[in-house]
Amino acid sequence: MSNVIQATTRDISGPLLELTDVKTYFKTNRGLVRAVDGVSFTLERGKSLGIVGESGSGKTVLSRSIMGLLPPKASIRQGSVRFEGREIFHLTRSQMRNIWGKEMAMIFQDPMTSLNPLMKIGKQIAEPLKIHLGMDQKTAWATAERLLQDVRIPEATRRLDQYPHELSGGMRQRVMIAIALACGPTLLFADEPTTALDVTVQAQILDLLNEQRKDRNMSLILVTHDLGVVAGHTDEICVMYGGQLVERAPTKVLFANMKMPYTEALMQSIPKIEDASHSRLLAIGGRPPDLVNPPQGCRFAPRCMYARDKCREEMPPLIETEVAGHFYRCWYPVGSPEYHESRARLNEIPVTVGEAS
Amino acid sequence: MAGTGTAHLRDGDALLRVENLVVEFPVGRTGLKVNAVSGISFDVMRGETLGLVGESGCGKSTTGRAVMQLRRPTSGSVLFEGQQLTEMSGDKMREARTRMQMIFQDPISSLNPRRKVRDIVMEPLSIWKRGTKAERDARVDEVLEEVGIDPQRAAESQPHQFSGGQCQRISIARALVLNPSLIICDEPVSALDVSVQAQVLNLLEDLKMRYGLTLVFIAHDLAVVKNVSDRVAVMYLGKICEVAPSDELYRQPAHHYTNVLLDSIPVPDPTVVVESTAIDGEPPSPVLPPSGCRFHTRCPAAQERCSAEEPTLREIASGHFVACHFPVYGGEAPVIVRTASATNN
Repeated sequence: MSNVIQATTRDISGPLLELTDVKTYFKTNRGLVRAVDGVSFTLERGKSLGIVGESGSGKTVLSRSIMGLLPPKASIRQGSVRFEGREIFHLTRSQMRNIWGKEMAMIFQDPMTSLNPLMKIGKQIAEPLKIHLGMDQKTAWATAERLLQDVRIPEATRRLDQYPHELSGGMRQRVMIAIALACGPTLLFADEPTTALDVTVQAQILDLLNEQRKDRNMSLILVTHDLGVVAGHTDEICVMYGGQLVERAPTKVLFANMKMPYTEALMQSIPKIEDASHSRLLAIGGRPPDLVNPPQGCRFAPRCMYARDKCREEMPPLIETEVAGHFYRCWYPVGSPEYHESRARLNEIPVTVGEAS
Repeated sequence: MAGTGTAHLRDGDALLRVENLVVEFPVGRTGLKVNAVSGISFDVMRGETLGLVGESGCGKSTTGRAVMQLRRPTSGSVLFEGQQLTEMSGDKMREARTRMQMIFQDPISSLNPRRKVRDIVMEPLSIWKRGTKAERDARVDEVLEEVGIDPQRAAESQPHQFSGGQCQRISIARALVLNPSLIICDEPVSALDVSVQAQVLNLLEDLKMRYGLTLVFIAHDLAVVKNVSDRVAVMYLGKICEVAPSDELYRQPAHHYTNVLLDSIPVPDPTVVVESTAIDGEPPSPVLPPSGCRFHTRCPAAQERCSAEEPTLREIASGHFVACHFPVYGGEAPVIVRTASATNN
């Protein structure tokens, strides 16, 4: 079967990754969980895309769906994922094996548990080189050493002979990056790559990822809950809520002119270093929707300060703004007359925030 | 960064006063020890919130636990409401802990999964036999309402039926129920989503006002710490580098480490371009900490004196203390400029 994939001519001109109406549902005792519910986007070669959302928004399930890492029996998948012009969404695991590592790779959140504790660092990096690229032992170890230097691990030769527990968290994340980069993938997923790390180390890892992306002309999908992380390190951002894309725009456009009240609320709930201490935070009341029985209308409506009857009854489509590539899913977006009217009304009565989540 | 010295301690009615606190852990049978906390001092006034910030491994959580005597400190003094906790017997200490409570990082694993939420909040009252049954019931209902949890639902449900944010509210209710004067919050919001984090931070502020609580707020997120604290102490490898009122610390950091921490925060604004990574490397091992100032191995302004002589905390502005020979400002000289600067496009 693998021959079939390789025989397909690669479409170098088109986008690297193209998602059309991707749906991933899980069967549970309570019913069908609509973890990802109709997501479409495209990603160009060499670009970086941030996927932002709270826990339960479907951002991790989406990235794993694209990679084909979900248990096939428990999940229902619909839609299309085209990678370099090939349809890959319905490939079997053994077919995906030819793509993993060589063309797509992933870095996980927790560097402590993603490495094999019983295997030396060198062997863990050399393994994919031997399997996917058919290198012999000597070449593989030499390449592994060079990779460790690429991710700026000091004393690379000595590190090859060490076990993961001998390295700090930041160093382990660098090893994870080295493994992911080993076979020269064209697309790298980083799922919350810095959440488990300290701020000073976080900055180093993000810079490293971006530098490697540019050097290798690789595309990067950065999955995170932190708007601060994506702001400085991506070309484009997708905001997810309740399994759907609710806003998508080039990074600078998004931050300059956010349309979706959810994106705005997410921004406002972050404590800012410039604000005086004890300043009141604008929290989003309530909690994310139950994806077994999602709200009928806009999924954010129950928590939205500006929601009206139409929002609760009718699901808004993804609308494109006058700026190319900027989409949002809202009937009364930030800046619309209705939004201003609601705001003025809210300013008259004291807003109660901080109800039970 | 040394941070020995007690120049920053204030006179007057401190609710908690910690002096030269040292906590060491033995490393197996090697004879070596982990210097988790190496002689730190701080005080917290009644009604004040002290923020403790630093990277993982800097000893901030160990400090919180040593204050509670959950791990008896190796040496040093912990005065709480005028009582010396380090010399207290186990029984006495248990009683003192009714006046000082703790909230932990992981809200779900810090609640007993097999009990009803209402019973979890009730337990401290039952143990100490406070009031009559009716009074206890009323108190639990009151506290649950206060943190925004429906008492009816709490009576019927177990922790797993609540979300992470709600579990943290339940932990707060449990800490509040005995009416403590001090609450030590160890990373209370770092496991929560930003939207929920804001709810919990607002709740803590409200409760502090209503009950006149004193808080020690331990976290690694500088923006979160600034939001809740009156005064902030920055820790590095078991020492205090800088202590200042929070607005002052963030406006004018004096220690190079504080500067580095502030520079490393990702800014949610793509027009801000940070030119280079703020700092290289990672904190050294607390088993064999560097000589002199413990930060000198990573400090952009380190000089010979820094590796030889440990700086002590000294006052450079009113209420602003720093342990550095060559601080960013307020020192004699040389003043070193920031390594990474934020510029607008």
